[in-house]
Amino acid sequence: MSKQVLAFQDVSFSYQDQQQNRSIPVLHSFSTQVYDREFITIIGASGSGKSTLFRLIAGLEEPDSGSILINGKKYKSRLGQTGYMPQKDLLMPWRTIEENAALPLELRGWRKKDIEEKVRPLLEEFGLSGVEDHFPHELSGGMRQRVSFLRTVLSGSNILLLDEPFSALDAITKLSMQEWLLDQWDKRKATIIFITHDVQEALLLSDRILIFAEKPVCSLQEVAVPLARPRRLKDLDDPAVLELKDHLLAQLRGKVGT
Amino acid sequence: MSRTIWPPAFLLAAFLLGWEAMARSVNKMFILPSPTSIIRKLWELKNPLFLEHLPATLAIVVIGLLISIIVGIGTAVWMSLSPSVEKALYPLIISSQMIPIIALAPIFVLWFGYTIWSKVVVTVLITFFPITVNTFDGLKSGSRELNELMLTMGARKQDIFFKLLVPSALPHFFSGLKVAVTLSVIGAAIGEWLGAQAGLGYFSRRMMTQFDGAAVFAPIVLLSTIGILLFLIVKWLENRMLKWRKHK
Ligand SMILES: Nc1ncnc2c1ncn2[C@@H]1O[C@H](COP(=O)(O)OP(=O)(O)OP(=O)(O)O)[C@@H](O)[C@H]1O
Ligand SMILES: [Mg+2]
Repeated sequence: MSKQVLAFQDVSFSYQDQQQNRSIPVLHSFSTQVYDREFITIIGASGSGKSTLFRLIAGLEEPDSGSILINGKKYKSRLGQTGYMPQKDLLMPWRTIEENAALPLELRGWRKKDIEEKVRPLLEEFGLSGVEDHFPHELSGGMRQRVSFLRTVLSGSNILLLDEPFSALDAITKLSMQEWLLDQWDKRKATIIFITHDVQEALLLSDRILIFAEKPVCSLQEVAVPLARPRRLKDLDDPAVLELKDHLLAQLRGKVGT
Repeated sequence: MSRTIWPPAFLLAAFLLGWEAMARSVNKMFILPSPTSIIRKLWELKNPLFLEHLPATLAIVVIGLLISIIVGIGTAVWMSLSPSVEKALYPLIISSQMIPIIALAPIFVLWFGYTIWSKVVVTVLITFFPITVNTFDGLKSGSRELNELMLTMGARKQDIFFKLLVPSALPHFFSGLKVAVTLSVIGAAIGEWLGAQAGLGYFSRRMMTQFDGAAVFAPIVLLSTIGILLFLIVKWLENRMLKWRKHK
């Protein structure tokens, strides 16, 4: 748990609004570290800059100042270095499930035969056997999320950025997907950074929680979750956890300190 | 399929019956020939129609469409790759549709004489527009989010073009092609009216001067048939290449 896989060093970032000719600050001199095989959740109000953080990590945006290190290295372009699962499932409607999942391998120039050998068993493991030749619109929301996650895993990166993957799912599907995700996290030996609106989800899943409370984020609040693994839903009724939950909710509403 | 074919078939049959009855009561076959007389004429004239004039027109339609597809796709891709090319060409392409091509056609006869090319140019001028504009809009319709997602996977420019833009453009291209195919028949016929020595449009017009109503209509029936067949071919191709849409 000591190797750093991701580091923000004094990163500042703002969007330039072309029409109104002003800038929207999102991050101000922000630093943090993420260690190998951690599960981090990021919570924050809508518009607080969570997705922007991912866009920065993935290399879709460049910081105005400061640097972002991936696996200890400072890349010229971070594109292609992380596995990014966007807020919507964003499957290509013209590709079958198998072809959708295989996209990152195709982009890296894998041969058809090798792709098949790699993807087939994973489709099975992700509960997608039998639908590999279907098209995305023929699948349920939970299944589409699994395809999208499989595609993210196949990016081959050790850092997986998951932007509200379960927010569109019903409570029961969500619960089984959460269990399944933890299982995959363990198997893939990955580091996961996970955005959510849902405090309960954050408590159930993560080692540490980063909270976007104020804007711009000068000092991001950081809380460790005082629970061992494996966790069950009723562990969340623990008094210490309940107190933490109240604290988090208060911070999200902007009333810092309880 | 079989259920959707009945209403139009019924309507068409009713229309033809009405026409037949009307033509018989008016009884001026040189102005208003009846459907049966047209079919009889089609049979009578089968040798010149099918051996001489149909191949001539078909050649114009096929060559014209092929050129339109190549030029149309080429222009659309070029415009999608370079915003300055788009700014320069797009308005010109739109305004090219304001030119009354029928009025221009005699000029093409002047330039190309009575060769096939004077007719091909007319066909190309009216069919490249739907292909170009639809393909271009299709190339632009590629989702920005998918584009960014592919970038995070390390995609290069050509990956995005072939794996995102082309598949996004394909349905639009086929819509354009369906319009173009129907227009191509009209283009060929117009071209032939204005200067030709063979072809269905030319033949129809010549029969007009001879007051042979049924012989005017017979080649038009063939022209429509070409249009319908081409449309069905495109439709079939579309269904094959866009399988994912059929499942919807
Ligand atoms: N491309 C952009 N140009 C300008 N401003 C932007 C752009 N994208 C986002 N913003 C602004 O930056 C801020 C942060 O946006 P971001 O999408 O990161 O929020 P978020 O925390 O992910 O919100 P949500 O929970 O709704 O997904 C918002 O105020 C948003 O309006
Ligand atoms: Mg977001």
